[in-house]
Amino acid sequence: VLHDALLVAGKDLRLEARSRVTTNLVAPFAFMVLLLFAFALDPDSGTLTLATPGLFWVTVLFAAQLAIQRAFAVESADGTRDGLRLSGLDPAGVFLGKAGAIALQLLVLELLLAFGVAVLYDAPLGGPVLLVATASVATLGVAAAGSLYGVLAAGLRIGATLLPLLLLPVVAPVLIAATQAFVAAAEGTPGEGWRWFGLLAVFALMYITFGIFAFESLLEES
Amino acid sequence: VTNDTAAPVAGPRRRIPAVRSEGTGSRGSRVLGIVTLVGMGALLLFGLVLSPEDPGPSQMGDGVRIMYMHVPVAIIAGLAFGVTALGSAMYLWKRSEFWDLTAAASAEVGVVLTVLTLATGMIWGQFAWGTWWVWDARLTSTALLVVLFLGYLAVRRLQGPREQRSKRAAIAGLIAFVDVPIVHFSVDWWRSLHQPATISRLDPQIDGLLLFTLMLGMVVFLLAYWWLMIHRFRVQLMESRLEEQGLDLALSARRAEAETTRPVNETTGSVGATAAGIAR
Repeated sequence: VLHDALLVAGKDLRLEARSRVTTNLVAPFAFMVLLLFAFALDPDSGTLTLATPGLFWVTVLFAAQLAIQRAFAVESADGTRDGLRLSGLDPAGVFLGKAGAIALQLLVLELLLAFGVAVLYDAPLGGPVLLVATASVATLGVAAAGSLYGVLAAGLRIGATLLPLLLLPVVAPVLIAATQAFVAAAEGTPGEGWRWFGLLAVFALMYITFGIFAFESLLEES
Repeated sequence: VTNDTAAPVAGPRRRIPAVRSEGTGSRGSRVLGIVTLVGMGALLLFGLVLSPEDPGPSQMGDGVRIMYMHVPVAIIAGLAFGVTALGSAMYLWKRSEFWDLTAAASAEVGVVLTVLTLATGMIWGQFAWGTWWVWDARLTSTALLVVLFLGYLAVRRLQGPREQRSKRAAIAGLIAFVDVPIVHFSVDWWRSLHQPATISRLDPQIDGLLLFTLMLGMVVFLLAYWWLMIHRFRVQLMESRLEEQGLDLALSARRAEAETTRPVNETTGSVGATAAGIAR
């Protein structure tokens, strides 16, 4: 399973390295969202700095929609999905590979965004261990739930419209928990933050497990 | 072409009740409907006239009466989503149309009941707290629940072969359902950081007649849920039958039309017009 996952993840990351879709399209989009928040919330009033953790994660969720859509659009064109099924790769491995590649791309994006908010919003970044741990599990959870819905909506005419409606309510707890963990890290109360980290870990584990078992049916059917 | 509208294509036959072509009502559902209506009347009588104002220290007065609707509707909405999750899991196991349609019907009724829960909750909030909306843990997670299951219903409406749609919907139903406890905990913790829970539990030393009215509400709304379920289930069953036979029926209708109008269509102009119509 792990070998298959690495194969699929490697394929997706090579695709990204050659096509540069996330780098050239999703990252600028995320940067634009950061600018939009500054226009919406007066940058001089200090609201931006206070709201940074939440705005950061909202931006990540928006960018994640695009990354997930992209990851499954490449599978629905040219009968790639049938190729995947014929390849004899374990569906659980395919799921882990897709989710892993999405998570890795999102993590790089989050790193860029962190620089962005530190510079643009003058955000204080404290508790690096908690920040990195929170970002990792939150991203894993978003990528896992996103892969499930991504494959479900892939190749459908209204898939692009449907994905946000499906995914955003499911990952709403991730937004709450990751935001609160970041707030805790910034305020120097890591105890609170680790509790939220626990919730995020449960979320990620739950959807990774779900995906390992359910991905086969979804890959077959949709 | 078959005219047997009750012939199931997928799933064991015995689980699918026969559907009469004239509607979704049957003797059983009519009796249930009448009982539900009488119950609603009784609930109105008890809720609005016979039961006393809130005697408790909360000074809610007449405002407490909306609880006779709010509490039962909220509980049965939860039950409805539970049935959807059960139906989804059972569909993946048994692959029977019965469970698929049960999950679908229950989700539809559940969304309606959840919206009613929100509406009655907001009216109560306006009465008790002077505001339509507070970011209370329960209100917030109920709002998220509505969107979660609206997404599930959207998945149900996707195109594709029937088996594929049912399987996809079942998995989507389960993805949504496993999120419910996480939503609950996250929203609970989120709000408890800022303020204590705003909705206090109902007084355990509740007045006898109040308690009776509340229980009556439970029973009446359970009956209403059951009645709506029966009808939505049958409508969906008929829809899927129509879908299976719709093309056959349309083809045979067109053929019958062609038989009768053939002499007219044989003129070149008419054929040309038809060809142009197809090309367009």
